Amino acid sequence: MKVVLDHLFMRFPSRKKGDPDTVAVSDFDLEIPDGLLVGLLGPSGCGKSTTLNLICGLLTPSSGRIFFGDEDVTSLPPEHRGVGLVFQNYALYPHLTVKKNIMFPLENLKGDKKMTRREMEEKALEAARLVQIEDYMDRRPAELSGGQQQRVAIARALVKRPGVLLLDEPLSNLDARLRLQTREEIRRIQKETGITTIFVTHDQEEAMSITDMIVVMEDGIIRQTGKPQEVYDDPANLFVAKFLGTPAINVFSGQIRSGALYAGEDIIADGLDGISDRKVSVAIRPEALVPDPDGPFRCGISALEVMGRDCSIVFTHPSGTSPALRAIVGSELLPGEGEKTVRFRIKPSKMFIFGEDGERIRTEERP
Amino acid sequence: MNENNRKAWLYLMPAVLFLGVFMVYPLVDVVVYSFEEGYNFASQTFFGTGTYNYSYVLHDPYFMQALKNTFILVIITVPLSTGFALLISLALSSIKKLKELFSTIYFLPYVTNTLAVGLVFMILFKKTAYSDGLVNLLLGAFGMSPVDFIEGPYWAKMFVLCFYTVWVVLPFKILILTSALASVNEDYYNAARIDGTSRSRMFWRITLPMISPMIFYLVITGFIGAFKAYSDAVAIFGTNLNAAGMNTIVGYVYDMLYGNSGGYPSYASAAALILFAIVLTITVINLMISRGKVSA
Repeated sequence: MKVVLDHLFMRFPSRKKGDPDTVAVSDFDLEIPDGLLVGLLGPSGCGKSTTLNLICGLLTPSSGRIFFGDEDVTSLPPEHRGVGLVFQNYALYPHLTVKKNIMFPLENLKGDKKMTRREMEEKALEAARLVQIEDYMDRRPAELSGGQQQRVAIARALVKRPGVLLLDEPLSNLDARLRLQTREEIRRIQKETGITTIFVTHDQEEAMSITDMIVVMEDGIIRQTGKPQEVYDDPANLFVAKFLGTPAINVFSGQIRSGALYAGEDIIADGLDGISDRKVSVAIRPEALVPDPDGPFRCGISALEVMGRDCSIVFTHPSGTSPALRAIVGSELLPGEGEKTVRFRIKPSKMFIFGEDGERIRTEERP
Repeated sequence: MNENNRKAWLYLMPAVLFLGVFMVYPLVDVVVYSFEEGYNFASQTFFGTGTYNYSYVLHDPYFMQALKNTFILVIITVPLSTGFALLISLALSSIKKLKELFSTIYFLPYVTNTLAVGLVFMILFKKTAYSDGLVNLLLGAFGMSPVDFIEGPYWAKMFVLCFYTVWVVLPFKILILTSALASVNEDYYNAARIDGTSRSRMFWRITLPMISPMIFYLVITGFIGAFKAYSDAVAIFGTNLNAAGMNTIVGYVYDMLYGNSGGYPSYASAAALILFAIVLTITVINLMISRGKVSA
């Protein structure tokens, strides 16, 4: 089912009189096409969980409208929206068995939707099979591992065949290995059912790896939406550039003077004739820095980290905005032991220039 | 015994000594007294041993009256007070405004002296030559004839005692249940709301099972507390409970030790052990019933 969020606002009144209201979600305008897996991504406190609660109906927006398909659901209570929600802590009922947990939503159905016990058990088994938990139907949640509890929670959310599946930080309570496994699992389940799925995460790797589309949020505002790789390759502003990618992007304070880009005293790019002289921020991905004896970017080496496949050079530069800057290079290009300085060549497609307001300054030769 | 063991016992010594002298020894003594016929504190003598004390107590009409009173008190007040406490806690946890004020008001009886409260109850319910008392005035307003609740018919006196007991034990139960209700994670209710669960179903299927360990705790301690009732009855009916027909088992034990008919430690010990056996049985039954039903 297509989900449309039309200029959503969510304000929470302040506790003290005179203080401004807290705006958790501001002018949220988004269309999620049918059948996609979408990641709401942002640091904690950016309003992503609030947005999820608005979509499922646990919160009512201060203004704006929400559509599922063509139906306006803004004022519908959660139970009439046809959504399934998986909570961050799973919220499985500890006193009920796995089977009863999965059947719980079905037992609430009324009128002509009411099911017999047999139908419910069949539906529950079907949902359990989908998440591969059917062997544990008679256990209680406390007797399951974190990953298994997660599956039960997904089965419970799916058993009514919702039009939209919502997941709130679904992987945050799992250990690293399970997290990897479970995110593939979520992808598989989503593909199999074709249900429009929206999940909230603060982990960019999680969002990038399995989603069809990511929505990057900051302070209740959408900073950029798009396919994960496109957003990574072409960030619209400094926030998005910094938020996506591990290790984090390197940021330098630079200047444009008569068409040349200076980082400190180094001219790292030129021919930027369309841009007037000004102060800028330059962001360079760690993988865009290639050691080159003739390169224009002169840096001091503070450490070399060798980790098998990739090696990183931790370096310093007078214009760098953080003390630890990082370049990821192939081991064959690593400078020798004892070297104090290194010169880099920069791959232009992975270098982005931002104005002082943090918005991207695009140059003519690059899209 | 190695060095460590000796040290461990040394450290345990104060606790072991105190528990031994003031708990284990008296407990054993009570059992011994209960089988010694006509034991006398002053002369430390007795006529013989046997089960005569138990037989005497069980055939004593005052004891049977006390047993009956105690059982009625337990059966009426434990379910009533727990039920009322649950209703009030649910109401308290669903309001936002003035929550603290109401919580404080409901907690006041807990910090009030038993005898003072008993006095107030007596004044409210008593009928004298000069005044009918507030409760009787209210009854009169509804066209009912006045009843002497303190020195009148048995059911009226029992009503006052039960009313008083429920009122006195409510605050503690409300305190426990409101905190139990507050500790239920909000996400369970949110999950239930998304699934379209009705409010009554939420209560029966989620809230109640979640707080069942606390309810169970309150029922068990409620039973034990009500079986040990004594001071409440004294506060309302005075010290001569046998005359009022409102004695309780603990009251009977006290009377046998120190009352007008006092000086019978053997009978008192036997009665105390009978009470112990009853409380133990009831608690075991409680545990058996709750096993499997209470999740914790």
